[in-house]
Amino acid sequence: MDMEAAKLIGAGLAAIGTGLAAIGVGNIWGSFLSSALRNPGAADGQQGRLFVGFAVTELLGLLAFVVAMILIFVA
Amino acid sequence: MSAAVAAEPAKVDPMYQFTIKPLAELELAGFDISFTNSAAWMLVTTIVLFGFVLGGMKRQLVPGRWQMAVEFFTSFIDDMLQANIGDAGRKYVPYVFSLFMFILFANILGLLPLGVVGLHPFTFTSHFTVTGVLALITISIVLVVGFWKHGLHFFGLFVPHGTPLLMVPLIFVIELFSFILRPFSLALRLFVAMMAGHVLLEVLSSFVIDGSNAGALWGGVVGLPSFLLMIGICALEILVSGIQAYVFALLTVFYINDAENLH
Repeated sequence: MDMEAAKLIGAGLAAIGTGLAAIGVGNIWGSFLSSALRNPGAADGQQGRLFVGFAVTELLGLLAFVVAMILIFVA
Repeated sequence: MSAAVAAEPAKVDPMYQFTIKPLAELELAGFDISFTNSAAWMLVTTIVLFGFVLGGMKRQLVPGRWQMAVEFFTSFIDDMLQANIGDAGRKYVPYVFSLFMFILFANILGLLPLGVVGLHPFTFTSHFTVTGVLALITISIVLVVGFWKHGLHFFGLFVPHGTPLLMVPLIFVIELFSFILRPFSLALRLFVAMMAGHVLLEVLSSFVIDGSNAGALWGGVVGLPSFLLMIGICALEILVSGIQAYVFALLTVFYINDAENLH
C-alpha cells in the first residue's frame, strides 16, 4: 500500500473516534436532562459540572479530529 | 464558457481560510513582525468589544437595552466566580470577563457572512498559537497566585486529601501530569472546535458548488440538502462559539479556584 492511501485510511479510522465521542457527549447531556426532569430545582446548580463533563468528553473526540488532520496535512 | 466551468470540479481547499497573510510587512531586528490578517481581526475584535462595553457604561438607574446586555455578561461572569471561588473570586472578574468576551466576540466575528461583500473574516481562535497564549496566561495566573498565596504548600494540590501514604508517589506523578496537560487541553479544545466547524462548512460548500455545477439533478439531490445542512451547521456553530467561550472561562475559573483554595 502506498503512503498516501495509508494516510487517508488512517484519517478515516480516526473519524471513528469522533463518533465515539458523540456517544459520550450524548450520554452526558442525556443523563443531565433525565435527572434535571426528575429534580428541576437542582438542575441549575449542576450546570458547571455539566459543562466540565461535556468539555472533557468533547476534547477526546477533538483529539481524534486532530489525529486525522495531522495524518492528512502534516504527516 | 459556462460549460467549461461546470465540467471542472470546484477547487475548494478547506484549509485555505486559515492561511495567515501579512497585510503590512514589518521587521524588527531580523524578526518578522508583519501586521497579519490574524492581527487585524484581533484588533477588530478588541475595538468591537471595547465599543460594546463602552456603550453599556452609562450607569443609568433604569438601564436601556444596551446597558442590560453588558450588565448581563458582567453579572454572568461575576456569578460564575462567586459560585466557584467565593468572595476571593471577585478580583478575577476583569480577567475572566475579558477572556470570555474576547473569545466569544472572536468566534462570532469569525462566523459573520462578510464574505458576500468581499471581506473575509478570519477566525484567529482557530489557531493554536492564539489559544495557546490565552491558555498560558491562565496557567501563569494559576501558578503565580498559587505559589504567592500558599508557597510550597501549593504542591499539596497534587496529593488529594486522604491519599494512602503508599500511593502518594504515584498519585503525585499522575496529578502533576494532569496539571501540566491543562494548558494544552484548554488551548486545544477551543482551537480544534473552531477549526473543525469552519472546515465542515467549507467541505459542505464544496458539495453545494460541485453538486450544482453537475446539473439540476445533482444540484437537487446533493446541492440542496447540503445547503440546508449548512444552514443548520451555521446555527450550531453560533452555539459552539458560545459554549467554547463559556467552557474556556469556566475551566479558567476552576483552575484559579485550585490555586486560591487548594482543594
